[in-house]
Amino acid sequence: MGSRLFQALVDGVLGGGVYGLMAVGLTLIFGVLDIINIAQGILVVLGSYLSFVLATHLHINVFLGLLITIPAMFILGIAIQWFFIRPLRGRERTSMSLLASYSVAIIIEGVLYQVFGSNFKQIPTSYFNSTVQVFGYYIPYIYLLGFALAVLFVVAIYLLLYRTQFGRSVRATMQDHTAARLVGIDVNRVAAVTFGIGVAVTAAGGMVYGSINAFNPNSGYDLISRLLAIIILGGMGSIAGALAASVIMITLESMVDVFWNPSWSVVVFYAVLVLVLVFRPQGLFGRREARAQ
Amino acid sequence: MNPAAVARTAGVVALLAVAAAVPLASNVTLTHVGVFVLMYVGATLAWNIFSGYTGYISLGAAVFFGCGMYTVAIITKHLNLTGGVVFALFPVGAVVAGLVAVPFGLIALRVRRHTFVVVTIAIFFIFQLMASNFSFTGGSAGILPPFLNWDPNTFDEPFYYTALLVAVAAGVLAWLIWGSRFGLQLRAIRDDEDRARGLGVRAMRVKLAAFVISAVIIGFLGGLYFYFQQEALPEFAFNPFFDLTIALMAFIGGFGTLWGPVLGALLLEPYLGYAQLQISNSYLAEVVLGAVFLAVILFLPRGILPTVGEMITKWRAARARRAATPADGHPPEVAAAAGSGATGGGGVR
Repeated sequence: MGSRLFQALVDGVLGGGVYGLMAVGLTLIFGVLDIINIAQGILVVLGSYLSFVLATHLHINVFLGLLITIPAMFILGIAIQWFFIRPLRGRERTSMSLLASYSVAIIIEGVLYQVFGSNFKQIPTSYFNSTVQVFGYYIPYIYLLGFALAVLFVVAIYLLLYRTQFGRSVRATMQDHTAARLVGIDVNRVAAVTFGIGVAVTAAGGMVYGSINAFNPNSGYDLISRLLAIIILGGMGSIAGALAASVIMITLESMVDVFWNPSWSVVVFYAVLVLVLVFRPQGLFGRREARAQ
Repeated sequence: MNPAAVARTAGVVALLAVAAAVPLASNVTLTHVGVFVLMYVGATLAWNIFSGYTGYISLGAAVFFGCGMYTVAIITKHLNLTGGVVFALFPVGAVVAGLVAVPFGLIALRVRRHTFVVVTIAIFFIFQLMASNFSFTGGSAGILPPFLNWDPNTFDEPFYYTALLVAVAAGVLAWLIWGSRFGLQLRAIRDDEDRARGLGVRAMRVKLAAFVISAVIIGFLGGLYFYFQQEALPEFAFNPFFDLTIALMAFIGGFGTLWGPVLGALLLEPYLGYAQLQISNSYLAEVVLGAVFLAVILFLPRGILPTVGEMITKWRAARARRAATPADGHPPEVAAAAGSGATGGGGVR
């Protein structure tokens, strides 16, 4: 009992940290651009495939490989924003952006299927097989290193947002688009760079995800549904909320996994989301929306 | 009746005549694809009655489709029905879907915009997973109907005409609602919900009513699909692709317009059916689909119907200006009315 509880907690907290990193990217994009990037899930999978290729074909250490994949994903993010999100204007912008990012997602999915096929892959790393023993429970290194990586990135994003001039303009844009523009912030540039950062973190998230789980191009749907649930629960646009919600939700899921039945854990996951929103429509850490819709 | 209305009526009659004549061609593939097209026309119209008119984008329509499907599946499995009587079960599926829509709506309609979208996705997943976890739904193995000893050459025809009936009924209903006080309230919610409430619209009641109406139609189609497809599997009954497809059809045709969804379904579903049958490389078909969506979003950002309608209106206005008779009445309105008539439906908004 005790060790199973411990196992569930460890899986939840460490796995939650990785989901937290992906969710921070998504919520950051939402906060600045007021759109949901449906492609975030498949971009994580793309990040996994990039790391997979680097690790299997070029035999580059997965952590060193991030030095290549993160800039690549950053540029891809800026390109997606520039070509497909930026041109959207007007009243239907929100719904159109859902559609645009979904289109991007299915294009990436189709390309991934074309290139890699539908067989499940897992990034081969020694960190998955070597373990460290904590209280009689074996934890693969990749869990710990992945969690550390997630913490590192979240701290970096936090410092970027709260300790730099650029971060100040991002936060200003999050608060009020028009006012930010009026005080001379280049809102388009802020939006593009934010989108780039939000997508860049999927490279790291994807690397850890792909080392822990077997994935195929279809995994993007499962990821995006979870990530959406997490950022809604945390309160849209709230970075701390996204982190807290991902740790809470993934821990809850692994608790149900361990103590009840794995086939119900996802039901509980979404049921908790629905239940929380009945009582707190703005999520756990969100501010109430004023005159929305 | 003015000439535009006559032309419009003639167009609708011609379209229906062609639709009714399709099975007469005795081409099994054509009829088979036709059932799908008509189902999607009906489902997209139904989706649009709620999501298009109110602006609440629901990605949970598959919940109603699946509920209708499983209702018919479970009843028919226990009673072992095989004759034409199965068609009488579809309304039961519709009623169950409508009943499910009430608590679903009461929970989901408390939140707006992005949060609403995600809540509908979450509820959708709950239903899909329940279907694959409970034993009365047959778990992940699903439910097969009793063997239907029907002539394979005409197997699709009753389904075709039922789907046609649903599509026409959904169209008439969408048209009636569009012009009614109820429809006006829905569109007021879409434009500004808080102001609509301030003006006395009972927002929750109105939204829920539209939600249930669209659920009933989609539930009926779910029941139909069970016998048409000859099985109920959790991942096909509660299919995320169904949600996305009808939303995309509505968007491409013209989100929130009256006839845009019909146009979107008529354009998109034949492509999807064709891609499934003809293009061996389904991944390429997927990439093409995504590229088409992006092109529509970038070049016809509000959907085909409104954008084309606007272009025609502009063109006519320019022509009217060139004719230079601004004194006699109201050229812009005349041009707008004619423009909407030419694109096949009232109110390009």
